[in-house]
Amino acid sequence: MSYVVQRLLTFPLILLGVSILVFVSIRLVPGDAITAMLGTEAGLLTPAQRASLASYFGIDQPIWSQYLRWLSGLVQGDLGISSIYGKPVLTVILERFPLTLQLSLMAMVIALGIGVPLGVLAASRNERPSDLIVRVLAMLGQSTPSFVVGVLIIYVLSVWFGFVPAMGTFTPLLTDPLASIGQLIFPAITLGFAFAASVTRIARSSMLDVLSDDYVRTARAKGVTPRSVIWRHALPNALIPVVTLSGVEFGYLLGGAVIVEQIFALPGLGRLVLDAITQRDYALVQGTVLFIAFNFLVVNLLVDLAYVALDPRIRIGGR
Amino acid sequence: MIRISPTKILAGLALATALTAVSTALPAQAASLRMAWSQDATGLDPHKQTAFSSLRLLELIYEPLVRLDAELNVVPAIATSWEFAPDAKTLTFSLDPNAKFSNGAQVTSADVKASFERLLNEETAAAARSNFLSIESIDTPDDVTVTFHLTTADVPILVAMATINAAILPASEIAAGTVGTTALGSGPFKLDSWEPNAKEVLSPNADWAGGTVGVDGITISVLPDETAILASLRAGQTDFALLNDPLVATLVPMESNLVLNRVGQLSYNVLQLNPSRPPMNNLKVRQAMSCAIDRQAIIDAALAGEGKVTGPLTMPAFAQDPSSLFCYTQDLDKAKALMAEAGVDGFTAKVIAATGEPPVAASEAQVLQSQLAEIGIKLDIEMMELNVYVDTWLAGNFDMAVAQNGGRPDPYPMYNRYFTKEGNLVKVSNFTDDELDSLMKQGQAETDPAKRVEIFHSFESRLAELSPWLWLSTGYNYTAQLKTVSGFEPSPTGTLFGLTKVTVE
Repeated sequence: MSYVVQRLLTFPLILLGVSILVFVSIRLVPGDAITAMLGTEAGLLTPAQRASLASYFGIDQPIWSQYLRWLSGLVQGDLGISSIYGKPVLTVILERFPLTLQLSLMAMVIALGIGVPLGVLAASRNERPSDLIVRVLAMLGQSTPSFVVGVLIIYVLSVWFGFVPAMGTFTPLLTDPLASIGQLIFPAITLGFAFAASVTRIARSSMLDVLSDDYVRTARAKGVTPRSVIWRHALPNALIPVVTLSGVEFGYLLGGAVIVEQIFALPGLGRLVLDAITQRDYALVQGTVLFIAFNFLVVNLLVDLAYVALDPRIRIGGR
Repeated sequence: MIRISPTKILAGLALATALTAVSTALPAQAASLRMAWSQDATGLDPHKQTAFSSLRLLELIYEPLVRLDAELNVVPAIATSWEFAPDAKTLTFSLDPNAKFSNGAQVTSADVKASFERLLNEETAAAARSNFLSIESIDTPDDVTVTFHLTTADVPILVAMATINAAILPASEIAAGTVGTTALGSGPFKLDSWEPNAKEVLSPNADWAGGTVGVDGITISVLPDETAILASLRAGQTDFALLNDPLVATLVPMESNLVLNRVGQLSYNVLQLNPSRPPMNNLKVRQAMSCAIDRQAIIDAALAGEGKVTGPLTMPAFAQDPSSLFCYTQDLDKAKALMAEAGVDGFTAKVIAATGEPPVAASEAQVLQSQLAEIGIKLDIEMMELNVYVDTWLAGNFDMAVAQNGGRPDPYPMYNRYFTKEGNLVKVSNFTDDELDSLMKQGQAETDPAKRVEIFHSFESRLAELSPWLWLSTGYNYTAQLKTVSGFEPSPTGTLFGLTKVTVE
C-alpha cells in the first residue's frame, strides 16, 4: 500500500515537468493562434489589430506570466478555455476520452485475442512450417504502417462491399452498443493489427523461454498432457512480458491513435491534440498532453500491480 | 451441396453485424443533404474569418450587401440596387425591405452602418478592413437606404463588399458583443449546432428573402482524409463533398454513382521570388527563371494535368492570353543568355513550401527544382507545417516560396496589397514599381469597365515582365456529389451558395 502511495506522490512532480515542457515547446514552434486563424491574411493586420487579437487569445503576456496564470488555474482544477471550442478544456477532453478509451480497449482485445494464441502456437511448434508462417505474418504486421492498413480497409469496404464505417461523429457505447462497436471495429482492427504482431512475437519468445524451464520438464515427466503444460503451467509465466508490453502500448493508445482517428475521422483524443496543435490552441494542447501523461502514469502503476497478481514471487516495494 | 468454409461464414457474419451497426448509426435523412469536407470552419465571426471552410460555411448563414454570381457579376443580396456617383466617391444602396435575420427582425440601414463601423474598428481585427479604408462616412437617410461617402474614387470597393467578410450583422448583436458566439444572419440557412472539427447542422431559414431552399437541412461532417471522403461518397453515405486534392478529384469520374463538378478557380499557384535578396534582386536573373520554366509541364507532372497556365490575373473578365506575356513559352537558350548577361553563373537558393497546402505543393517544388537546374539554379526544398510556413512567409524570410494565393474577382484588391507602395504585404513581396503603382491607382478610380480592363492588361504585362514572382497555374474548385443530388451551380470563388438550389432525390 505504501508503494502505491509513494508512486502517487511522484505524480504531481512528473506532471509539473511535463507541463513546463509542453508549455514551452508549443510556444517555441513558429506561428500562433492569430496566424492559425487568419493564415497569410494575418499580414494585413495593423499593430493595433494584432494587439487586440493577442489579448483575446491570451498571448500578449510574457511566457512566464502566462505559465503562472495557467498553473494557478490548474491547481484549482481549471485547465483554461479552448479557443477552438469556446468551452473549458477539461470538458472538451472528457467529451473525447470515451471514444479513445473504447477504441484502445477494443484494439487491445483484438491484439491479445490474436497475438497470444498465435504466439503460443508458434512456440509450441518451434521451427515447424506453422511457426514460420506466424513469424512472417508477425513481421508483416509490424512493418505495415497503420495508415496503409486503414486506407486499405476503407478502400476494400467501400469498393467491394459498398459501405464505410460511420465517420465524423461517435455513437457512445451506452447510447447504442451495437452502433458504437460497429463504428469502431474497423479502426480497432487497424490499430490492433500492428499491436497483435508485437504481442505474437513477445508471446512466442517468452513461451519458448518458459518451455525450456525445469518445472515444465518436470510437469512433462509427470505425464501432464501437452495442452495442460502449455495453457496451465507455461502460459501464466510467459504472459508477464506480454503484460509489460500491453501496459506500455495501452498507455500510448490512451494518448490517442492520431493516424487512425484521422483516417477514420473519429473525434478522439488523438485528433483533438492534432487539431489543437495545428490551430495553436495552447490551452487545449497543454490540457490534453497533461491528461495523456496522467493516464500513462496510472496505467504504468496498474501494470506494476498486475505483476503481483500474475506472479506471487514478485514483491513490489523491495519487501 | 455447396460447402461454405467456416472462415467465410465468420467473415459474412462480421460484415452483416457491421452493416447493421452502420445502418443503425446513420438514420435515413429524407431530403437533407449529407455533406463532407476535410477541413472545418475555424470560427463564426464573418468579419474575422479567412479560412476557406469558414467562408464557405458562413456564406450559407450570413449575407453581404451584394454577392457574385457564377460569372462573377455583382448581383443583389441584401441590397436590391446600387449606384456610384459619377465621381465614384459616393455609393448608394437600396436594401430589400423583405430581408430579415433568422430571428425575424428586418435588416435595416442601421445594421449595415453598424456592420461597416465594426469592420473598420481596429479592435475588431477584421482582415478585410484594408479593403474599406476609403469609407469616410455612412449615411442612413431611411431604413432601406445606405450611402457610403468615400475619401477617394474607389470602384473596386463594390466587389470587396460582395464577400462574406463584409457580411451584414444585426446591430443588436454587435452592441451585445455576441458576434462569433452566436450565428444570427439573414442567409438561406440557420446554424443549429456546430461541433468544431466534427460536424455542423444547418436548417433552412424560413425568413430568408431569397425564397425557399431545396433541402430540409445540411449536415456537414469533417472527414480529414480525402480518400475517406471519396469512400464515403462511393458508399452512398455522403451526398455532396468538397475536394481539394486534384489527385482524389480525378478518381471521382470513375465511379458510376458520382458526379464531379469542376470550375476554374481564382486562386493561383506561384513561385514567389524574394527580390530583396541577391541574385533575385537582378531583373535578368528573375527573367531567366521565368524563361527556364515550362509551366504546362508543371501542371502535367505535379497537378496530374488538372490546371491551366495563368498570368497574374486569373479572373476571366480581366485575364489575357498567357502566351502574350513575357517568356510564357519555355526558352532555355534565352534563359541562359539572360543569366550570362546578369553575370550569374548559377546559384543555390532555399525554396519553402507548406505541407499539404496546397496538396500539390511538394510536387510543384520538385518539378521546379528539376527545371531550374537546367540553368544552374539549385533549389533546396524546405517543407513546413502550414503555420510555420505562414510565419516564415509573413516575415519575408525566404529566397523563394511555392504558394497558392487566393484570387479576387477584381485585380485591385488582389494585388494592391502586394505591389503598391502602400500595400500591407509589400514586406512579403519586397517589390514595388512606379509604373505598377500608377496603373493600380488608375484602375482604382476608373469607372468605365472597358478602360479598366485595358489598364489592368498593362498592369499584368508589366508585372509578368518584371517577374518578381513566377505565376504558374490556376487549378479547379472541386465538388463531388451523388447522382441523386441535382441543381448545384459551382462558382470560381468556391462559394457553396449554389446549395440553395440543390435537391436530393
